[in-house]
Amino acid sequence: MDYLLVVLLQIAGAVGNLALVSVGLAVIFGMMRVINLAHGEFIMLGGFAAIFSVQAGINIWLAMLVIAPLSVAVLGVLVERLVMRRLYGRMVDTMLASWGLSLLLIGLATTFFGNRVVGVAAPVGSFRIGEYSLGAYDFVLAGIALVVFAAGYAILRFTRVGLVARATMQNREMASSLGIEPSRVYAVTFAIGSALSGLAGGLLAPISGVLPTMGVAYVAKAFITVITGGASVITGTALSSTLLGSINTVSTFITTPVLGDVALLLAATIFLRLLPTGITGRIFKGAP
Amino acid sequence: MAPDLLTAENLQSGYGRIPILFGISLSIAEGEFIGILGHNGMGKSTLLRTLMGHIVPTGGSIHLAGRDVTRASPAARSRAGIGYVPQGRQIFPALSVMDNLRVGAAHQSPKQAKAIIDQVIEDLPRLKPILSRAGGVLSGGEQQILALARCLCAHPKLILLDEPTEGIQPSIIEEMKDTLKALARSRNLSILLVEQNLEFISDLATRVLVIKRGQLSGEIDPAKLHDADLAGEFLPA
Repeated sequence: MDYLLVVLLQIAGAVGNLALVSVGLAVIFGMMRVINLAHGEFIMLGGFAAIFSVQAGINIWLAMLVIAPLSVAVLGVLVERLVMRRLYGRMVDTMLASWGLSLLLIGLATTFFGNRVVGVAAPVGSFRIGEYSLGAYDFVLAGIALVVFAAGYAILRFTRVGLVARATMQNREMASSLGIEPSRVYAVTFAIGSALSGLAGGLLAPISGVLPTMGVAYVAKAFITVITGGASVITGTALSSTLLGSINTVSTFITTPVLGDVALLLAATIFLRLLPTGITGRIFKGAP
Repeated sequence: MAPDLLTAENLQSGYGRIPILFGISLSIAEGEFIGILGHNGMGKSTLLRTLMGHIVPTGGSIHLAGRDVTRASPAARSRAGIGYVPQGRQIFPALSVMDNLRVGAAHQSPKQAKAIIDQVIEDLPRLKPILSRAGGVLSGGEQQILALARCLCAHPKLILLDEPTEGIQPSIIEEMKDTLKALARSRNLSILLVEQNLEFISDLATRVLVIKRGQLSGEIDPAKLHDADLAGEFLPA
């Protein structure tokens, strides 16, 4: 019984982790059709921002929840203004540009911060279930992921800003004919997506540490999760994170972490074969 | 004589390096209903897209109520009073009818938006029972009425209407004709209508301009469009 509870809690932690890592990419890809290959590096920079803030004496929660997302949002605004704005509607070009940006950010981070892992202690300890000890921080992450997704859903579904964003996503030209400036919508969307990547980096720093090349590990998983989720940014990413996170954790428990990742990739491949437009291309169509 | 609302002078535009419009000059007075007639590929839709700002003109100028909007974005033109109902309707398919209307009124204050939407629903009562349905599942006629309603929610002074009868059943076309007449009168709207349905255009327009190879080639008395021989000149073969 204890073991089952531990597995379920681990699944919740893994789902929260995957959801946080994917949501920034989901917002930018889902709303703007831009595949941001620098997403992993945005996570990395969020991690560095949090760690350096903590080292400078700032409260760790403030560092993770405010400074990390804000720092990466500022970078996102610059990237959108200087690079992406010129490439909208050209998916391959945005991929190439963001790949170049990814390499540049890795190079700069390595030069300035060194090619070594830096870390920070988790702000919460562990708890016991029977003879098993579990890190409480994983569940804090799952809780934060839940809040982020609930807020994202509520904003897109119930507010005027969300309505304008969904309309622009569906038909940019028509939205502009109705007085909406798509360039402004895209700039805000890119900044929010970047902030969410920074938030993920800040929150993951205590459990994974931060290294200039860490982004590669995240971007692939995030990309697979977003594509499996389909067109609906929030609903799709939440469903695919739940599905793939569960498969990954259960497989890891039964076998090894490497085979757990293999199972995740295999499951995503099968899902995309069966549902080429992703989960929300078939069910929950039109949900935010 | 009402003052001019929109004036285009020597307007030239096209797609990439392919020129389509070769110096079109026209003006629309406040409350005037102008029809544009021409064969396929003559530049009718390009003219509307250029006036809306979706195509940047390569030459000439566009003034709206005396203000130069030649280089203004489509959004800025919309906020200045130009409305656009494109060919194919371009409904937001995943949004409900009500949300499509809300997007139309998005740049108004919430209070104004509510009042405008309520008025539009009153003017187009066919929308009332379908407000919660997704735009993408509506019939062609319902989508066309929604496209017009959504445009009205942006509170335009001038509407650019591109082939509204295309693929629509006759009963809805009649309803649309009556609605457009009533709206133009009650709101003092100026309307620039591109259409291939001669009966529709002749019943609504006070002036009909003919476009040929990207230039305005003349003007026809709308009453004469009922003449079958004349009609043959403008209908696709």
